[in-house]
Amino acid sequence: MAQQENDDTSEQQAGRSLTMSRAMVEAIAHEMREDDEVFYMGEDVADYGGIFDSTEGLLEEFGRDRIMDVPISETAYIGAAVGAAQAGMRPIAELMFVDFFGVGMDQIYNQLAKNTYMSGGSVNVPMVLTAAVGGTYNDAAQHSQTLYGTFAHLPGMKVVVPSTAYDAKGLMHNAIRDDDPVVYMFHKRLMGIGWLPAPDGPKTGVPEDDYTIPFGSADIKREGSDVTVVTLGLHVHRALEAAADLADDVDVEVVDLRTLVPLDTETIRDSVAKTGHLVVVDEDYRSYGVTGEIIASVAEAGLDDLDAVERVALPDVPIPYARPMEDEVVPGVDDIAAAVRAARGDE
Amino acid sequence: MAVIELQDMYENMVTARQYEERLQEEYMAGKQPAFDISAGPIPGELHLAAGHEAAGAGVCQHLRDDDTVTAPHRPHHIAIAKGVDLKRMTAEIFGRESGLSGGKGGHMHLFDPDVNFACSGIIAEGCPPAVGAGLAAKKRNTDSVAVAFLGEGAIDQGAFLESLNLASVQHLPVVFVVEDNDWAISMPKERVTDVENGAQRADGFGLQGARVDADDAVAVSDAAREAVGRARDGNGPTLLEVQVHRRMGHFMGDPEAYRPAEDKAAAEQRDSIERLEADLRAHGIDDEEIDDMRSRAHDRVGEAIEWAKDQPEPDPDNAYEDVFVNPPSGVTDSEPSIADTGGDD
Repeated sequence: MAQQENDDTSEQQAGRSLTMSRAMVEAIAHEMREDDEVFYMGEDVADYGGIFDSTEGLLEEFGRDRIMDVPISETAYIGAAVGAAQAGMRPIAELMFVDFFGVGMDQIYNQLAKNTYMSGGSVNVPMVLTAAVGGTYNDAAQHSQTLYGTFAHLPGMKVVVPSTAYDAKGLMHNAIRDDDPVVYMFHKRLMGIGWLPAPDGPKTGVPEDDYTIPFGSADIKREGSDVTVVTLGLHVHRALEAAADLADDVDVEVVDLRTLVPLDTETIRDSVAKTGHLVVVDEDYRSYGVTGEIIASVAEAGLDDLDAVERVALPDVPIPYARPMEDEVVPGVDDIAAAVRAARGDE
Repeated sequence: MAVIELQDMYENMVTARQYEERLQEEYMAGKQPAFDISAGPIPGELHLAAGHEAAGAGVCQHLRDDDTVTAPHRPHHIAIAKGVDLKRMTAEIFGRESGLSGGKGGHMHLFDPDVNFACSGIIAEGCPPAVGAGLAAKKRNTDSVAVAFLGEGAIDQGAFLESLNLASVQHLPVVFVVEDNDWAISMPKERVTDVENGAQRADGFGLQGARVDADDAVAVSDAAREAVGRARDGNGPTLLEVQVHRRMGHFMGDPEAYRPAEDKAAAEQRDSIERLEADLRAHGIDDEEIDDMRSRAHDRVGEAIEWAKDQPEPDPDNAYEDVFVNPPSGVTDSEPSIADTGGDD
């Protein structure tokens, strides 16, 4: 039986730690054992095991009928996942890089996201769209984006962004069991791939049993009293590093959103009510995106708690290739620390 | 085919092969002992084209500077054959300021407007812009042509199939060149299409289709002469599929665990460069002339790489330029800060 996450589910009790990719795969394998209607489609997901290890080992257990390599035809196979989901199955379709969404976007935003609503709720689309996101390894403008805001902006998709192995497993269980379409965005830099080393943070204790993390439950990854940093994905770890660097002067609270849709505004507002200072950090583009949305959601609740706001995001430029320029535009630990100090008026 | 044309292709192909081998060395420097894709003098993904040389050389031999080429994520041999500035291309791959794009593009996004060359890292997405270049040539009544290169994995993609139809119905001067290396990363062709001969895709759209089975520069050149000539003469598009071989992984760092050892060994056996060298000898070209061509290629590649490595890295602030050629004022890098918003309640 699934357990709901609670405060007693300590990661230390797990007795083992996993990379984020292993935790994600473990949840998928569990759901596939429990339910024959779950299957996985994508490019290089079978023999290769996913370019970013998202399906490693699944072919051996489940075979080609359920771990399906598909032609490079995103429109066709994402749309096919929508159709199979509407027929009652529980497909998982993978976009190798989220940047490739454009190739199949009509199926995503005009079908996957809207069919439930357009049918007046008479059909539903119980599928998961997984996608690798993120930069920091010089893969340039077409292979480095997160596009968090793009997917969260369009109504009809639940949007999940894990930052640790523990979260990745619980969120994946929930994603597959959810009766609505879920976009599950995993950051390449966090997966623990041999050729793309991860920082220390994402590899965590993970219970052997299945458990679900409810959508819309942000997680306070570090408690603090002076400044609230709200972020997600890779930048949870960068924010934690900045918080550690600043610990002698500023007590930083780090809120990991974990899901963008639904958005846990309550946890964010409670934290800001405590600290009075809000810094939002995002690896997506600055304008019309996640940072503005978080700030607006706090401001709408009242400005009384809000002494200062800063945001740190990609400037509104495509992501450049060369290392000095990519480092300039992708928010770093120092950028986050500077924003925290600025929010405190220490500039 | 005239001997001089064979020599041109040979020198071109040898240049491309030596270039890939040198890039491989440079790329791996700094990635030892543990491979980290973001480390070293050339960061990011690198898709090398060793084994594809006959396609680039055989097709581009018939092209002029005013003809357009779009290439996919594996572009170096095509760029070299099209006459892209080798030094500035290399500087771009090293992420240097003097690169073709000042370091903004990288190896999958090489643009050289002087010879009408561009590439894209998204599968099959170079096809529609090639159709557009063909459309421009037709509207302007020039005899320029456009060539879209793509891999065999791309022939299942909507952008390709729609482009075939649009080029066909508009009778545009476009050649689609499918480089069939049998593998779409880990997916063998037979697992993703039931059609063995990709050129048969042409039949359903009313354009000419042809396939060159052997990895043979002379045969490619003969087929391309006909296809490019057809386009230049206003007789419409062609789909040309060319058998090539992938001698390396899909990208550097690809463990290729999915690939049978004998398949890789076979790819290494079938070398279009050695084949062309035998053709040259049959035409009376001797060792000395072959050595001269190889050594010119070696020197050119070495000079380009050494020049590129001497170039400065870009200023980080260059990242904010070139979003528009006519930038609106005040849109970049503003740092809005709400301070003291709740002070007087």
